[in-house]
Amino acid sequence: MSLLSVDSLVLRHGLLEAVRGVSLQIEPGEVLSLVGANGAGKTTLLRGLAGAHRPASGTISFDGQDITRMPAHRRVRQGIALVPEGRRLFANLTVEENLLVARRGAAPGRWDVEAVYAALPMLGPLRRRRAATLSGGEQQATAIGRALMTNPRLLLIDELSLGLAPVAIDDVYASLRGVIGDGMTVLLVDQDFSRAAAISDRVVCMLEGRFVLAGKAAELTREQITEAYFGLHDRGVVA
Amino acid sequence: MTWVNDVVQGILLGGYYGIIACGLALMFGVMRIINLAHGDIAVLGAYLMYLLLEHWNVSPFIALIPVLPVMLALGYVLQRLILQRSLRSGVLTPLLATFGVSIVIQNALEQGFGPDVQSLGGQTGSLVTAAWQINSQVSIAALSALIFGAAVVIYGALQFFLARTAAGRRMRAAAEDPDTAELVGIDSRAVYARATAIAVGIATIGGLALALRTTFSPYAGPDQLIFAFEAVVIGGLGASLWGALLGGIVLGVAQTVGAQINPEWSVLAGHIVFLVVLVSPRGGLLTLRSGGGGGARAALQRLRAS
Repeated sequence: MSLLSVDSLVLRHGLLEAVRGVSLQIEPGEVLSLVGANGAGKTTLLRGLAGAHRPASGTISFDGQDITRMPAHRRVRQGIALVPEGRRLFANLTVEENLLVARRGAAPGRWDVEAVYAALPMLGPLRRRRAATLSGGEQQATAIGRALMTNPRLLLIDELSLGLAPVAIDDVYASLRGVIGDGMTVLLVDQDFSRAAAISDRVVCMLEGRFVLAGKAAELTREQITEAYFGLHDRGVVA
Repeated sequence: MTWVNDVVQGILLGGYYGIIACGLALMFGVMRIINLAHGDIAVLGAYLMYLLLEHWNVSPFIALIPVLPVMLALGYVLQRLILQRSLRSGVLTPLLATFGVSIVIQNALEQGFGPDVQSLGGQTGSLVTAAWQINSQVSIAALSALIFGAAVVIYGALQFFLARTAAGRRMRAAAEDPDTAELVGIDSRAVYARATAIAVGIATIGGLALALRTTFSPYAGPDQLIFAFEAVVIGGLGASLWGALLGGIVLGVAQTVGAQINPEWSVLAGHIVFLVVLVSPRGGLLTLRSGGGGGARAALQRLRAS
């Protein structure tokens, strides 16, 4: 049975339909990359899955349970965690406090502060630092650690490498590989397509709120993805 | 030496203002709600204790014990049923909602207890009259010292709660970013309701202090609110918890020293200090560590931005 099952999901920002009836299945242990241009609806879809955005219609089931109307903090307990775009750390809390606030609403599981420090070694020396004083890569690692503290079965990551220095991108991808190696199910959004595809089993391409292309990461060509990404195929630019 | 006495009395008076200001600062700091009913809630607490003492011949401090949990529950319900709904529609709606609550409390108290002035000071035995004579000029009233001590204990306890406990950590996280707090499993609404409950609980202690040191009537709330609000602004508008106590002390000293210059200037001197702080570039004694600008101004900008 699929871990996550989305059926005809519609998400709106006022009158704008950001996600227009998408359906999606994610199997346990799968790593799925969601690619698409700015404004394609990726962030809205992730926020909808996490419960931060109420769907206009459609259903979301997680582990066989209908969670379409469940508020975000209760989805966390079910095992869905979102690493939001821009990290959104609690700036006035220390790194360790940022991790600890996620413990209360967590699902039962193996992650605690020490396990996070073991998985993300760069965080250990920073534990007493205020989050506002961290570099972008350190913040992203803290945001991933904070999501892990909730013991997720499905980890949603929005714009993993956006705004990070190239060396920091290597670090966060190395961290993510470690987490995936443990069997985590991940839905990843990142601008850096080649890196994202390299750790993914499957790629879904989103354009103007719809899925336009899906396939195994190893089988899709760069050209196919570029076409889908820019919607060239739809407009007949590429025959 | 009378000046020394004025300053000492002002500091002790500041303890009372600090207690009244504490809940106001907490609600503003956590939820950006300016609770216009805060003074009325304190007076409501005083009336509940008055009601108990009419039927039960004990010390007002004993009366606080059953009243406090009732008021905590009231604060929780107030947030859940009224303020949380109003938060959805911008910054003005909660302000209007608390204004409505203020009017409801005042009129309900007048309906229930009549317009007469009440006091609980007579039921504490010798506490109201006891004093330590430090020297020929300076004497410290036991009640004032007790209220000041209570203020320090309240601020210390709240500081410990926010800085050291898991629930306090969650409250700071929800204060900073309620949406993200939800995404890490924090029920922001429940946290907000808890913050309001604590604020109402502290206001109840303020109501007891008011009832012991002076008199109260159904319409005494707005005066308490003004002093509390001035203390919070002088202290830096929620930028720092202890700022509100410090602001209360500054207000208290301004009032007693002003009264020494001319008895009519007591309250006016406090208002003038408040206005001076409000227009000063720093805008508050303890300003935000981050953000640079003045506490009051930064807070106003945050309000505009949201």
